[in-house]
Amino acid sequence: MSTTTPFKSPEIDSSRSSATIGKAVKIIGQIFSKEDLYVDGDVEGTIECQDNKLTIGPNGKLQAGVRAREVVVLGQIKGNVEANDRIDIRKDARLVGDIKTARIVIEDGAYFKGSIDIVKPDTAKAAAASQPGQTAGIQSVPKPPVPAGGPMATPVGAGPAEIKR
Amino acid sequence: MLPERFKSMFRGSGTAVAPGPFSHSRSGEKETQTVRQSRGLEQFFTYINDQVGLSILDLAGLTQDNINFVTDLGHKLYTQDFLRSLDDTFGQEHINGQAAQNRIASFLEQNLDFKENTFDGVLVWDVMQYLSPALLNATVERLHFITRPRSYLLAFFNADEKSLISPHTTFRIQSQSTLMLVQHGQRQQAQVFNNRSLEKLFGKFESVKFFLTREHLREVIVKR
Repeated sequence: MSTTTPFKSPEIDSSRSSATIGKAVKIIGQIFSKEDLYVDGDVEGTIECQDNKLTIGPNGKLQAGVRAREVVVLGQIKGNVEANDRIDIRKDARLVGDIKTARIVIEDGAYFKGSIDIVKPDTAKAAAASQPGQTAGIQSVPKPPVPAGGPMATPVGAGPAEIKR
Repeated sequence: MLPERFKSMFRGSGTAVAPGPFSHSRSGEKETQTVRQSRGLEQFFTYINDQVGLSILDLAGLTQDNINFVTDLGHKLYTQDFLRSLDDTFGQEHINGQAAQNRIASFLEQNLDFKENTFDGVLVWDVMQYLSPALLNATVERLHFITRPRSYLLAFFNADEKSLISPHTTFRIQSQSTLMLVQHGQRQQAQVFNNRSLEKLFGKFESVKFFLTREHLREVIVKR
């Protein structure tokens, strides 16, 4: 039986900077964040927090492809999710899309429709090492997450929580 | 010797008033947990034991135990909360409302919209006993389409042919041959099943194998 942990909204870690999209905000486009991101509003497009944590608050509604180190879902996501480290789907969350992650935690009561592909860290590293152009000093540009409506343009590097419209 | 609460799980409610389709609850109601052996589950995973990277569909929605077990074997898990979707789609009309062909087509499009030969195994659990004959036949037809040849389905049916009431149960895989059954309320079946009707239902599939347990639970392994 899975255990449940009370959620503090938003999770504040004083040692890390984080950005917040409030519940009265709607964004259509691409979001790239180099810090933790808390989304409690509406987003249509894509969200990338490659090395950081993305939290979808209870009022958050995403129609977006998502890629982050860690994803916590309390609201709704319609789109594919890639979480390098883990995804945590809370009790009243609703997620429709495919998940690719190393670890998944799901609370009873969450709604999920889609597939779960567990990518073990070793497997991911081996796959990355076998990629052409992934030799020392050369890094391939990762593909962006695919939004619910289809593929998007290749992201351009940006500062913390850059929002493109 | 089985504890009484365990025995009662698959006996229906006897003389109790038949509950409506929504008599189950997802929260606030006391749950009963039971751990039991399952020959059907054991057979299902024995058949796919020596393979990795298979696509498995779970029709009972998302459960941490089932995710862990299936993905630890190296398989990809697809989940679909069939009963929740059934309630959302047909609402209070429940069983009677499941006969309209256009609504059946729409329901299957929403819930089993996969390409031909997508899955190597389907964990159906006890979902089928809550579907009206028309919806059930269309669902089985669809499952035949989306599963690969030589794939397997694991389905459970209440074997008590005198009762149309069965416990609303979530099945959590504990090991290859062990299940935890979490019962929360009861639910009205759409019809009763026996071996003959199940053979007829899965007539398009290659074979049907039954395991009748002492607890009025009929476990069925169906080979595509």
